[in-house]
Amino acid sequence: MTTTERKSLLGGFMSWRTARPEPKTAATSPIAVATGPKGEPDPMNEHIVKSYEEELALLDRKIAQMGGLAEHILARSFDALERRDPQLAEQVVKADKQIDQLERDIEEQVISMIARRQPLANDLRHVMAALRITGDLERIGDLAKNIAKRALAIAHESHPKPLITGLRHMCELALSQLKDVLDAYAARNADRALTVWRADENIDSMYNSLFRELLTYMMEDPRNIGLSTHLLFGAKNIERVGDHTTNIAETIHFLVKGVNIADDRPKGDDTSSTLFSKD
Amino acid sequence: MLNVTSPDVERAVKTGSADATKVTARNVNVFYGEKHALHDVTVDIPDRGVMAFIGPSGCGKSTFLRCINRMNDTIPICRVTGNIKIDGEDIYDPTLDVVQLRARVGMVFQKPNPFPKSIYENVAYGPRIHGLAGSKAELDHIVETSLKRAALWNEVKDRLLDPGTGLSGGQQQRLCIARAVAVGPEVILMDEPCSALDPIATAKVEELIDELKKNFCIIIVTHSMQQAARVSQRTAFFHLGILVEEGATTDIFTNPTDQRTQDYITGRFG
Repeated sequence: MTTTERKSLLGGFMSWRTARPEPKTAATSPIAVATGPKGEPDPMNEHIVKSYEEELALLDRKIAQMGGLAEHILARSFDALERRDPQLAEQVVKADKQIDQLERDIEEQVISMIARRQPLANDLRHVMAALRITGDLERIGDLAKNIAKRALAIAHESHPKPLITGLRHMCELALSQLKDVLDAYAARNADRALTVWRADENIDSMYNSLFRELLTYMMEDPRNIGLSTHLLFGAKNIERVGDHTTNIAETIHFLVKGVNIADDRPKGDDTSSTLFSKD
Repeated sequence: MLNVTSPDVERAVKTGSADATKVTARNVNVFYGEKHALHDVTVDIPDRGVMAFIGPSGCGKSTFLRCINRMNDTIPICRVTGNIKIDGEDIYDPTLDVVQLRARVGMVFQKPNPFPKSIYENVAYGPRIHGLAGSKAELDHIVETSLKRAALWNEVKDRLLDPGTGLSGGQQQRLCIARAVAVGPEVILMDEPCSALDPIATAKVEELIDELKKNFCIIIVTHSMQQAARVSQRTAFFHLGILVEEGATTDIFTNPTDQRTQDYITGRFG
């Protein structure tokens, strides 16, 4: 790895800090302009107990930090796969530990807040949303780590270009969905979350076509099966990232509106009922 | 501990609905002299369930509670307009006997206030003046069942002739509940019944409320949000003399529709 690459990696690590608006004081934070009940924009009053307000803001900062890290390692895990860079892959595996630690932090804070503050109404939804989102982000971290491990396994094999390109598009889409959903959380924007939720179908259909391509590739030459299986699992991992992203979108909708999303999500993944025969 | 089957509990928790409406209030206004204390309160209170009134001090919740058994009549400058019915019967009908009304609508206060008499007499007093018991045996029976309903019997059965004021605060409050229950009321009003009690005594009173709601319409004023959430199926939020929001307790505490309710229950009022 070159110095510039390492630098950009570090830059990547730092960039999430600035990418996400950090709620510093309640007056300027995105929470302060959060929508009130019924979804009308309503200036929210602060808690009479200031430390309560600070704890809720801290929870959001940790979620933002965790979300930034999840985005980061997902992008790096795919880079490691594409560039066949075992060092980068190992870094991803290590970085996932940070995500796990943040999840434990957030969980502890939520439990402590429930015990000490007995949050109600929007505060209750806030801490429950944090708990659920942290779980989804942790899973996204795990999936990225899994991609990195596969990158290590197939580092010395030659990659079929079109397949990798397809996988990259899928990964980019999953990343932009993840970024959008984290922005929707910071801004408490249920409509944006709903947009993300609907768009997951695109990732699903990309996964479908990759699935078919990889099967064809395997059928062409059994020697491709090892590599293809790893790529297939990689694609499946990205598709799962999309699912966790939609979970987060659902949580945001509940957080803001107080009700679950009513309709069924359009699902595009039909691979579980797909079978290819030789002819 | 629970005698009700879980689908019942689930239904009650989800919908907050119980039996038919017991108390209906329409456009109730209360004035203390010039001061307009309660504005156009309209609400239906279901039978066999607990409704909680919450809101900051001076919001009118106790004032409204006291309208339901016409306790406000005792305040000379107080004027009540509008309409309150129990089982369809207008309780402000001039021909109605207020003493009879207060037997039908019992009340428990913030501070336990047993009479300076024996435990037995505290409970027997109401049935006796209302002529509910024909004999000593009947009266004994009423005292025993009332104390049992108030979950106090086992603690006091061996010392019924001791003074009621000698009991602990929690026991005194349950004695007051037994006293209210003894005259066979239909509605029980509770004005912050646990605010002077420790958590264990509070839990006992709450368990009692849970039991009593199977037979009575209970209305409780409380400053403890957690208590309202725990014991009631429906909650009404009052602010500045206005009934802001009324609904299933679960909805009020997870997803209130009014910003004022949300600000109040989350501790943001300002």
